[in-house]
Amino acid sequence: MISSTPIAAPPALFSADGLVGVIFLVMIGVTIIGGFIACNSERLVRAVAGLIVCFVGVAGLYYFLNSPFVAMMQVLIYVGAVAVTISFAIMLAAPEEQKKIGVSGPLVGPFGFGTAALIAGGFSVLAIRTEWPVIAKINDGSIKKIGIQLLTDYSMVFELISIVLLIAIIGALVIARVERKN
Amino acid sequence: MSLTLLNVIFAVVVAIAFAAANAAYLVWAERRGAARIQRRPGPNINGPFGLLQPPLDGIKLMAKQLIIPGGADKVLFIAAPVLAMYPAIMSFVTIPFSDTIVAHNINVGILMIFAFASTGSMSLIFAGWSSRNKYSMMSAVRAVSQSVAYEIPMLITTITVVMIAGSMDLMEIVHQQSRSILHWNIFPLLGKSHNLLMPASFLIFFICTLAETNRAPFDLGEAESELVAGFHTEYGSMGFGLFFMGEYANIVIGACMTTILFLGGWSCPFGLFPGVWWFLLKLYLLIATFIWIRWTFPRTTIYGLLNLSWKILIPLSLVNLLLTAGLIKVF
Repeated sequence: MISSTPIAAPPALFSADGLVGVIFLVMIGVTIIGGFIACNSERLVRAVAGLIVCFVGVAGLYYFLNSPFVAMMQVLIYVGAVAVTISFAIMLAAPEEQKKIGVSGPLVGPFGFGTAALIAGGFSVLAIRTEWPVIAKINDGSIKKIGIQLLTDYSMVFELISIVLLIAIIGALVIARVERKN
Repeated sequence: MSLTLLNVIFAVVVAIAFAAANAAYLVWAERRGAARIQRRPGPNINGPFGLLQPPLDGIKLMAKQLIIPGGADKVLFIAAPVLAMYPAIMSFVTIPFSDTIVAHNINVGILMIFAFASTGSMSLIFAGWSSRNKYSMMSAVRAVSQSVAYEIPMLITTITVVMIAGSMDLMEIVHQQSRSILHWNIFPLLGKSHNLLMPASFLIFFICTLAETNRAPFDLGEAESELVAGFHTEYGSMGFGLFFMGEYANIVIGACMTTILFLGGWSCPFGLFPGVWWFLLKLYLLIATFIWIRWTFPRTTIYGLLNLSWKILIPLSLVNLLLTAGLIKVF
């Protein structure tokens, strides 16, 4: 699929590498367009639809990076579970509730643009300046290898993620209790 | 390169044709089956046994005007029926019909099918919401809670099968069951599953398949007597047709998965002539069971439906998972 050596010259459009590049760009385009819809639509359900497009684009990127397992988990969890749960929440709220449009909060406007430009510039510099090492393949990327790695070398990360989820659940419960008292 | 490209195009065409043909003729089979159970003839005018009914219905639906209700969200209203059809077609990419008939076998096949199947409920949500109709809206809310509730026991039960097989590769799972009928995953003693709980797993999986495909007795999403027609109340012409085809294509996928995970896929019960014919035989027997169940049992209530999942199926499937893990350790 992907050649393991860095490409010196840009490949021709209709060569194998060129088509791979086109697919990569399409995936990035889908992700960005989805994110744009999610941020800018007036109706919440449309924003969820944009979010789904964005998730699918990211899943395509994972598949492109030779990791079908992570790509499928992305679709299963983010599209199949998270997006469905978000739409469930929207439907339990008032159905025609429109998002408030307009300036709200002190960070909107020049400060927001400044921060975004700073972050984008920083990442761009980082991406260009860094010497990217080409690693052929760490392992075969099978589920078994991923599972063993998660429960041995990366068990700390694994446990920390579960703590994050626990905190999220407790936070949700706390918010729900406060609402109920009111 | 060009050969792989041809393979891809061929696989896509065959997958879409298979999904569409199955969807069209399962509608016919369902109407004939319903008629037989209700002691009336059913569609029998057009062609022998009414076999020309599906293409004529298709022509009629395509010739009708597509009406978008005022105040509906146009983009999502049109996108929803398409979303209903695509998970099934995506799933056909990795379903192995026999040793050789598979478009692209990937080693996380189970995961891929469940990932795309889980996105199917988005179409019901978008259809229900964008129609701007109270009945559709109610139906969408029901559909979401139903799909959230039944995905959990379904996935947990699938994990028991994956633990026994030690693989998410559908080909591999079928190969392990291929010796004889007693090596199928549904039967507990021979084969890889030394596990007395496998029939229970099969039952949970089958019930969840019925619920996930919105089949009666779990078709609360389109309950005609309460919600007119649920999420597709406002759809006419081919929008309605696509929802119908999507439903039947999803039934085919559900039956395919049951066949592969529990009933030995394309392997023969007696170890003779394994091949795609055995797969199709098991597939259509399961679909016939689906139709039979639909016209035999009355619809449950939404509370009954959710209670069945959260209070019975999820605890049962969790216990099943723990016991299976224990049994794998012991044997």
